[in-house]
Parts: sequence; C-alpha cells; structure tokens
Amino acid sequence: MGSTEAAIRKPNSLQIVVSGIFKENAIFRMAISLCPAIAVTTGLKTGFLMGIAVVFVNAMVNVTVSLMRNVIHPRIRMPIYMLIISGWVTVADLSLAALYRDAYKQMGLYIQLIVAFASILTRAENFASKNKVVPSFFDGIGIGTGFFFALMVISFFRELLGKGTLWGIDIIHAKPLLIALLPTGGFFATGLLMGFFNWIDIRFYGGKGAGGASGH
Amino acid sequence: MEESSKGQKVKEQVVNTQGLVVSVSPHIRSEETVNKIMWTVSISLSPAFVMGVYFFGYKAIWVTAMCIVGSLFSEWFVQRLAGKEIAIRDGSAFLTGLLLGLNMPVTVPFYIPLLSSFVGVAITKQLFGGLGYNIFNPALMGRAFALITWPRAMTTWAAPTLSFAALDGKTTATPLGILKEEGLARLIEVFGDKAHLYKQLLVGYRAGSLGETSVIAILIGVAFLFYFRYISWHIPVSFLSTLAIGAWVFGGKTGLFSGEPIIHLLSGGLILGAFYMATDYVTCPAVKKGQVIFGIGCGLLTLLIRLKAGYPEGVMFAILIMNCLTPLIDRSVRSKVFGAKGKKK
Repeated sequence: MGSTEAAIRKPNSLQIVVSGIFKENAIFRMAISLCPAIAVTTGLKTGFLMGIAVVFVNAMVNVTVSLMRNVIHPRIRMPIYMLIISGWVTVADLSLAALYRDAYKQMGLYIQLIVAFASILTRAENFASKNKVVPSFFDGIGIGTGFFFALMVISFFRELLGKGTLWGIDIIHAKPLLIALLPTGGFFATGLLMGFFNWIDIRFYGGKGAGGASGH
Repeated sequence: MEESSKGQKVKEQVVNTQGLVVSVSPHIRSEETVNKIMWTVSISLSPAFVMGVYFFGYKAIWVTAMCIVGSLFSEWFVQRLAGKEIAIRDGSAFLTGLLLGLNMPVTVPFYIPLLSSFVGVAITKQLFGGLGYNIFNPALMGRAFALITWPRAMTTWAAPTLSFAALDGKTTATPLGILKEEGLARLIEVFGDKAHLYKQLLVGYRAGSLGETSVIAILIGVAFLFYFRYISWHIPVSFLSTLAIGAWVFGGKTGLFSGEPIIHLLSGGLILGAFYMATDYVTCPAVKKGQVIFGIGCGLLTLLIRLKAGYPEGVMFAILIMNCLTPLIDRSVRSKVFGAKGKKK
C-alpha cells in the first residue's frame, strides 16, 4: 500500500479502517507482531487492555509521523520513528499503570515491548510517512483495531479452553485443555486461526490467502 | 516415494546418440513400497498389542481402536480439506494410530485418544506437508500433547489384571516411578526379589502404557523387522547402550558405578521407543554415522530426564528433541563428494 495507490484511488477513511482490520490484519494476514499475540493472550482481560494500548499507540504514532513527515531527514528516519513510538508507549504504559494496577502487573513488560512492534513501525514507514494526517490517523486506528480483534479472538479461545473462564468468570467449570495456556498452545491457536481466516478469504472472497501470491 | 519415482521413470530417461540410457539416480530399485512397509510394521506390533490386551483387559482394544479411528479420520479430513489425494490406505496413519494407542495408559477417557491422534496426524504430519515432510514423529507428538494437556489422566497407571472382566482395576505406580520416588530397595520389595523383578519386567507384568510393558513381545516384532531389514541396528544399539552405560555409572545412589542398568533397560517405554519410534525413516538421520549420533543423543537425554528431571520417563521427550536436531546431524555428517573442490579458505 504505497502512496501511489492511495493517490490514485483515494480510499475514504472507513475503507482504510476496514482494510486495516481484515485485508491487512497484522497477525492473521501479515504475520507480524506474533510475540505479544502469544504472550498476552492467556486471558481476555489482558488481551483487551493490550489491544486498547496498541490502538492508541498506533494511531498517535501515525499522526505524529505524518505531521513531521516533511521535516524528518530520510537518512535518520528510523531512529526518529523509534523515538516517537517510545514516547507514545511511555504515555500508554504510565496511564495503564495508573488506571489498571492489577492487569498491568500481569502484563508486565509487554506494554513496554510495544516499542518493538513490527506492525507499528511498518505503518509509520509505509503509510504515515507518505500520507496526510487524517488518512494516517484512520490507518493507525484500522491496523490497531485489526490487532485488537486478533488478540481478542486468540485470547477468547485460549482462556475458554485453558482456564474454562471468560473475563475471569467461570463458564464451563472445567479445564478442558491445559496446553492452551502454555506458549505452545498460543502457537497452536494462532496458527489454526490464521489458517481459518485464510480459508475464509480463499473460499468466500476469492483471495489467494496470506503468502499465496509468492507461492508458499 | 518409490511409486512416484517409478511413474516418472519414463520421463527421466534421455536416450543419447550412442544408445546408452542416461537417467537420474536411484539406479537400483527395490520392490518395497510405503504401503508394504507400513502394514508390515503394523503387523509386527501385534504381539505387543496382544500382550497389552492380555494384561490390561478389553479396554486396551477400545483405546487402541479410538487412536486408529482418530488417526485415519484426521488424515482423511486434512487431505480432503487440502484437496490432496486421499491416501489413508497406505497404512501410515494406521501405524501412527496403533503406536499412539500402544503408548496410552489403559485408563484414559475416550476423548484423549481422539484428540491426541488429531494433533499427531493432522497438525504434526499433514500440516507440515504430509508423509515424508514431518519434522517430529506424529505418534510421539500426539502423546506429548496428551501428557502436557491431561497430566493426571495420562499418568494414572492401571495395575495389570490378567482378566477380561476387570472394570475398575487398581491403579499403581510404574517401576520407574517407584524407582524415582522411593528408590531401588522399595522397587525390589514390591516385586519380591531381584530375579523375580527382572522376569516380571521382561514378560511385562507391570503398570505402564498398554503396549510398552511386555519387552519379549516387542522384541518378537523387532526380530521380524530385522528379518525384513526395515530397521538397522545403528539407532537402537547406540540408544540402548548409551542409556545402559549411563544408568550403570550415574544411576546409583551410593556413588558411581552402582546403578541398575537392566531395570532401566527393561522398564518404561524404552524398548518400544528405541526400536519403533526413534527409527522412523522420516525423522531420523539418513546416514549411518548420523544415526549413531542420534541414538547416543537420545540415550543421554533419556538418562538426564529419568535421573534428574520431573518426569520419571523421558524416552518420548528425548526422541522429540533429537528429531529437531536431525537436519543438523544430517548436515554435519554429510559425506564428501568425490571430485568436488574443497571450500576456499
């Protein structure tokens, strides 16, 4: 999604958001930022807070980078992006630490690790640095919401199967699959859901599936 | 694999002007097919299966059947979903299910065999590309999944009953469990004297997975495999000898060289694992030297898990870990190509 395509078709803000959620879903379609998708998805609550933080950081980083796109020298753009991202991550980190003390303790390092998310850096590089502020904002919202959606789906299955609870409330009074809580189960769940969304794409929308175009 | 290369034989031949036939290797073709090997190996497991039924009652048949049905269904399901040719008749899924069944305790509830055979066949084998492309042994992966997911059900061992009518048998610890938790003296006390202990371990009158207990029955099947030359001695011998020497040197409580190698050899899933699981063609190194390294690695890891780790038995995890290292071993022992130039330094 370079600037040329955006300039030719000029998708409206809703299309940008929807594309970020489905067509360019960070986890299920682009397979980036998988580390947090496995680490924080043992429960719906941590997945939810992480997703909110990512939506916020992604949108704000895109807006900031887009505002500064004409004054950032291309040679040193990566360090500048990293500085901007870490600034917004600090805001999210401290806010969560102040507002949701218990959940923040559970997530620990992973909120700070948003700094290293590939999905945020690629959007800053590929979209925000070439587009105006408003489309960049909606792109950040879209990509962040796609990530949020993926986290919610994965943590729904992992919490339900691993603990038998949803949002901490006991649903089925049993622990059917202990492995779902382990990192192994995270990989299983992510891989199977990725396959499931690929299947939907191929079966109902005539797509080629992630990686289908390059042949493997 | 053999069948496909037979099919392509005509295409690969290039007849040059002197009338010589030029074709790519292999030049010597055997009559063995995947079908024949898989079904023969399955048949060679029948003594172990019969002994499992004899010791643990009719429920052993039920557990094994569930595993086989689960494997065949998973194979059919994924191949159908992926639009591949449905090849459940080649026996590989049947063999995986049978091996998985022989590795289950007899007391498991019905969903454990079904789900773990799905993980073994559908995820470990088919999603990695099907027969010949899997990194891990499917049956062991299914069992590892079951052991991690249902730790209590998978370590509830029924005592052997010798009767078909037994519904709720007594549960007891495996010999390795007793050895680990309570020591050698207690193990000998449970079985009477030491000679009796050896005899019972050899025949298989002990708690354990339903097909792993009877060492004699497994060895009958193994002799069958050696007769047809389906397995070579490299992996089992290096595996067993490493473990025996290691158990003798480090296994004892009273210092070095005081361990009990024979108990370690005869108990647990070692014989079944060393002859049937570690020698899986797909997941072990292809070169003989590599196979010896593979066997030694399996032996060392099994010993480490048995003596020092939390689980009393480590054959399964040892083989799975060595499966990961198989490509590395294959690469490091690659034979020199004659006539090829060495690397420039």
